[in-house]
Amino acid sequence: MAVALERASVSLGGQLVWRDASLEVAAGEFVAILGPNGAGKSTLLKALLGVVPLSAGTARVFGRTVRRGNDQVGYLPQRRRFDPDLRIRALDLVRLGLDGDRLGVPLPSRTKEAKVGEMIELVGATAYAGRPIGELSGGEQQRILIAQALVTGARMLMLDEPLESLDLNNQQAISDLIRTICQRHLVTVLLVAHDINPILPFVDRVVYVAGGHVLCGRPEEVIRTETLTRLYGAPVEVLRTSDGRLVVVGQHEPVSYHPVDH
Amino acid sequence: MSIGQMLALDFMRNAFVTGGCIALAAGLVGYFVVLRNEVFTSDALGHVAFTGSLGGLLAGLNLLAGVFGSCIAVALAIGTFGGRGRGRDVAIGTIFAWVLGIGVLFLSVYTSAQSGATGSVGISVLFGSILGLQPIQVVVGSIIGIATCAVTLLVARPLLFVSLDPDVALARGVPTRALTALFLVLVAVTVAESVQAVGALLIFGLMVTPAAVAQNLSARPWLGMALSALIAFAAVWIGLVLSFYISYPASFFITALAFAAYLVSQLGRRVLPAASR
Amino acid sequence: MQGPSWDLVADVQLLLQFHFMQNAFVAGTLVALLAGAAGYFVVLRGQSFAAHMLSQVGFPGAAGAVLVHVAPVFGLVAFCVAAALGIGWVGRNVDAGHRAESAAVGSILAFSLGLGLLFFRLYAGSAAGIYGFLFGTILGISDRDVQLTFVVALLGLGALAIFGRRLVFATVDPDVAEARGVNVRLLSIGFLVIVALSVAITVQIVGTLLIFALLVAPGASALQLTARPVRALALSVLLSLGFTWLGVALAYFSDLPVGFFISTVSFVAYVAIRAVKGASAIRRGNFQLRGAWFAAEA
Repeated sequence: MAVALERASVSLGGQLVWRDASLEVAAGEFVAILGPNGAGKSTLLKALLGVVPLSAGTARVFGRTVRRGNDQVGYLPQRRRFDPDLRIRALDLVRLGLDGDRLGVPLPSRTKEAKVGEMIELVGATAYAGRPIGELSGGEQQRILIAQALVTGARMLMLDEPLESLDLNNQQAISDLIRTICQRHLVTVLLVAHDINPILPFVDRVVYVAGGHVLCGRPEEVIRTETLTRLYGAPVEVLRTSDGRLVVVGQHEPVSYHPVDH
Repeated sequence: MSIGQMLALDFMRNAFVTGGCIALAAGLVGYFVVLRNEVFTSDALGHVAFTGSLGGLLAGLNLLAGVFGSCIAVALAIGTFGGRGRGRDVAIGTIFAWVLGIGVLFLSVYTSAQSGATGSVGISVLFGSILGLQPIQVVVGSIIGIATCAVTLLVARPLLFVSLDPDVALARGVPTRALTALFLVLVAVTVAESVQAVGALLIFGLMVTPAAVAQNLSARPWLGMALSALIAFAAVWIGLVLSFYISYPASFFITALAFAAYLVSQLGRRVLPAASR
Repeated sequence: MQGPSWDLVADVQLLLQFHFMQNAFVAGTLVALLAGAAGYFVVLRGQSFAAHMLSQVGFPGAAGAVLVHVAPVFGLVAFCVAAALGIGWVGRNVDAGHRAESAAVGSILAFSLGLGLLFFRLYAGSAAGIYGFLFGTILGISDRDVQLTFVVALLGLGALAIFGRRLVFATVDPDVAEARGVNVRLLSIGFLVIVALSVAITVQIVGTLLIFALLVAPGASALQLTARPVRALALSVLLSLGFTWLGVALAYFSDLPVGFFISTVSFVAYVAIRAVKGASAIRRGNFQLRGAWFAAEA
């Protein structure tokens, strides 16, 4: 099992975020984490990274209890945009992903440079890896960050809303890249998304976080009117448009539903 | 006078050695100050250094004890309360104007208490006294300068990681809080050091300008750090030589040289194509 | 010099018996009027950092003026206005938010203070002379300085009286103001020039380094207390006058630096007002300001 979460709960600042979450993800699966704003999707990733402690239950990644600094896990946090005036090369950022946690001045190392180059090529960023990160477009920055997350030889990628604030073309390109990495390099992908539609064709499994609960299953099992109504505790309807897109609508706009607020 | 005669003078040798060590530390730490956009933390600490050093003198302590003590204490306070010394914040501006006001009080009390003192001690704190270093300042300044460089280089890589990418660094097991606190202490120590070289008011000239030049010249972090330290070092040494021959204040030459380098690098960035960087 | 007798009339007479003290009070009053009025807009527009920068650029101006045997106020006005036009020409909001800009500003500040030091050494100025420009003084304000201060204060206050209404409009809602025919860009450059004039004369009393005490703290305190533009403006001027008079009087009786007293009084007032009001009131205050303004427009 790539991820095994058992009856896990998380509280932040004394507030329960979600509880009794159980979840299993097999190696090589592509998992989408969905849910309204503030429901605890990012917290779920952070719990699996060992950054946020569990208040109950257990979390294992590749059979071992979660811990920070696991080389097998790569992470892309939410909404990272580098300032236009940040004068650090994209390639140095990828290199930091490899050995940024070590003390001392890095010595020139052919193997490490080769590894960084290989990852940059994998994400198709070779043309602009030598330019300052602040000068790159949102899509280009996202590719560099994926390379950074993978460079330790990670077998799992945790991405927090990687498609947000990208235009439609870049959304398509980045989700295709993630899919390729998942299928060709057998990397398990956990992707937090606002909108499932750009990734719906290749999602193996959906994790839905809402109302203090975490629900897991195949997309067609989870994204259904009855299931989501039960999860939200309020009437919700799932509609399918003529081109196959899924739309979740409710009396209460799901986006404004926030269990911590109520 | 020849270079040999210049170097035969004790106060010039002291200035070259101590000023050089201070410059290397200021350039290196300054690179991170600019990268992390904490320029105004160093400004605020400069104000504290002025008041702290005079307060130290007034309390009968050594000037060094007052500078280092006050800077480190305030840096740790900034770290604890989590605020960044941003210049635009009215509250912070008012507080640090008041801190300077207290410094003026100390200066006035100290000057009138010392019979025959002309108040030049305040000038040397504000504008530096690199040519009039006392023996203890030479020893302490050089050792602390080198030690600051060593510690900064030791933690430079994780510090770079945390500065650029705090969330990922945390997930990768970097102790972000401890590093941030350590960095603030390094800034405090460097400010206290720089006060002796260029003075509390001109700290930017040694800590910010060389780093800004370096970042204009290169987007490679390690090269940038080396350049920043070297530019600060060159500004101090050339400034000392000019000051010796032309006998205008050394701090003026140091800040003017650094500023000239900044203007040139800024022009160069506009003129040269992106590929050559 | 006698200490205060705590008889108000006698003390005021005592204060004003010397010509230099009369000058200090007249100049201080003029400074406080303009600084208090301009300071309200400075805080409202979030440009306290620009004021800080302008004042430090003024330092070599003052020193350079002495070097060429001109009244320091001329040098201050020349350098401050030039810097204001420079900021306006660059066109970006000079603020501490951006890495490249704060590095540029920091470099300019260090260089200009170094330049000021050079000028002082060139005419062999005394330590007390430097302290006067850095931290303010109540001594040595000549009749000519008072006249110049009067002219500058009149210019600044006149400009604020004419453009103040538009300035609040352009600050609160630049897009709507633009649509209503206000030239927002020209207005903000003009305002920076007014700030430069205020800085130039304020430096005489509190010095380049303590400019916050008279140019920012009164406006910030006033905005904590009320959200109505006219009332806040009046309050800012009153506070500024109070800080100046109290500071100058204390400096006279104690023989300690005036900069210490003015910065301490303004700091204590600011902290006390903030402590009384609390953070939630600020947010409500900003909201009220918008409402009050649009009600006035309609």
